[in-house]
Amino acid sequence: MEYDAVIIGAGMSGLAAGIRLAMFDKRVVILERHYVWGGLNSFYQFKGRQLDVGLHAMTNYVPRGAKGKPLTRLLKQLRLRHEQLDLHEQSFSLISFPSAKLRFDNDFENLRGEVRRAFPREIDGFDALTREIVAFNELDLDAPQISAREVVRRHIRESLLEDMLFCPLMFYGSAREHDMDWDQFVVMFKSIYIEGFARPQAGVRHVLSLLTNRYRELGGELRLRAGVKRILTRENEAVGVELESGEIIEADHVLSSAGLVETNKLVNGERGIGVPSMSGHRPEADATGKLSFTETISVLDAPPKTDATIIFFSNRDRFEYRCPDKLCDVDSGVICMPQNFKLPKPIDPLVRITNIANYAKWTALERGDGSSEVLIPSEWKVSGIRSQVSGNGKAIPETRYPIPDTSKTDTYTQAKQNFYERSVAAVTPAHLPDFRSNVQLVDMFTPRTITHFTGHEGGAVYGSPRKSRTGETGIKGLTIMGTDQGFLGIIGAALSGISMANRWVLKESTVSEPIA
Amino acid sequence: MNDAEIKQAIIDIISDIAPDEDTSNLKPDVRLREQMDLDSMDFLDIVMELRKRYGVNVPDTDYMQLATLDSCVNYLRGKLVSKTAKV
Repeated sequence: MEYDAVIIGAGMSGLAAGIRLAMFDKRVVILERHYVWGGLNSFYQFKGRQLDVGLHAMTNYVPRGAKGKPLTRLLKQLRLRHEQLDLHEQSFSLISFPSAKLRFDNDFENLRGEVRRAFPREIDGFDALTREIVAFNELDLDAPQISAREVVRRHIRESLLEDMLFCPLMFYGSAREHDMDWDQFVVMFKSIYIEGFARPQAGVRHVLSLLTNRYRELGGELRLRAGVKRILTRENEAVGVELESGEIIEADHVLSSAGLVETNKLVNGERGIGVPSMSGHRPEADATGKLSFTETISVLDAPPKTDATIIFFSNRDRFEYRCPDKLCDVDSGVICMPQNFKLPKPIDPLVRITNIANYAKWTALERGDGSSEVLIPSEWKVSGIRSQVSGNGKAIPETRYPIPDTSKTDTYTQAKQNFYERSVAAVTPAHLPDFRSNVQLVDMFTPRTITHFTGHEGGAVYGSPRKSRTGETGIKGLTIMGTDQGFLGIIGAALSGISMANRWVLKESTVSEPIA
Repeated sequence: MNDAEIKQAIIDIISDIAPDEDTSNLKPDVRLREQMDLDSMDFLDIVMELRKRYGVNVPDTDYMQLATLDSCVNYLRGKLVSKTAKV
């Protein structure tokens, strides 16, 4: 065999798995379809700005030396020191609903205090829920799947509090509409409320360069623009992959972060999930995730007057986490202001807004050949009071970027423009002081962009609601990892890659391979 | 390798696995797990490093022999041959 293992996808799980395998002298290659690594969490340069996409925050923040926590486990497995991640904590985050607001930060007691203040009759239930969460072992891959809503309702009576607690956890990881699997709720509750948010000074590119450098130092091979066309099997055993180019790569193990549905299609062709080959996964007509998102990025010349790092909002007290009937549901979402992490060096102030979007509607729009750039509406410039330009806000001369020919604008571009403006209008001033007169630069991602960059069907950021917890696919030597293995968030995805590499490649070799 | 060298070899491996841990004052007769944040994944790493560095194979059933530094030395005595000695 050419390689001990082929890894599909250079996202967090692929890179982490690659590091583990290269560390123990496995011949390993990571194949990435795109020309840049990172997958769901990536970065790009836009009009001279370094921007991140995907990552708002690293979840699971714990200080150095915290025992038995996912972050500590990740650092040890990749042999990194805590300080190498260069993490800086959030100031605070907010769950903002019409009838109540809850603040939380990296000290769980503060969230508890907020629940007691806003929902005094629910505090005993909240404490009981917390105890059940702390006691639950989310790493037990064989735990039965139960509804998180059902468990939470045993402790919390007010639907408003229930929805408020679910809101950030769903936005940061749920592939399921309206509900979550209990084990995933536990993973997210611990990673967001009990642990917390932090960010490297340089954002996601810092984490990714740390991982890619480590992988390459260890002798791992990373191939970009190397899309996999087919996973090759012989007698129900994976034997390698065929690339889009027709090249065949042989390997004993194939670790796929492409997603459950997508991986199945790589094995079985377009007929996909209905084909009864992935044993343990009963054929399901619609295993493709329904949750896709738009994200708008507004670069500002001065920050909005708030210290909140992340705001999870809903303009309805009943929080709706589901695929909207229209292109985009602007009445709930996540607002991230990375400048409000406690960073040692100031960064360009910006507001990122994430909303749930309808993949089918976005992809049905006609897309022209030209730019689909979103423009800053001219009335934003004249209306409103222009805030003072802060020291770090670098104003961009408007003349530098010529306005595109709008007569050729297609319906896709019109929809982007329309929903950009609506998504901003929906958060100001209810959740955030109006920042429209400060906008210097705009960019926007749609479900179409997500599928283009991640290969996830349906633009499903969090993959399929169906997870393969043990990574097994029914095909020997083919393992699922990443989002569809069920560990969520950046740290979760990386731990997924690590644990699947350990369990299916490294552990096997310590047991069965005799020493020469 | 003599006992002191075996002990040092184990400490070196732990220092590489857990760079945030202080390994300078480990008690030889106290379980490693009680002195540091080590879980089963880390013990798998110790086993794999032993194999990678010294060619010694520790089967699953012997993992408990690695509980303390002293028990590591007892278990590995005669099994570890340093790479320089091999040449």
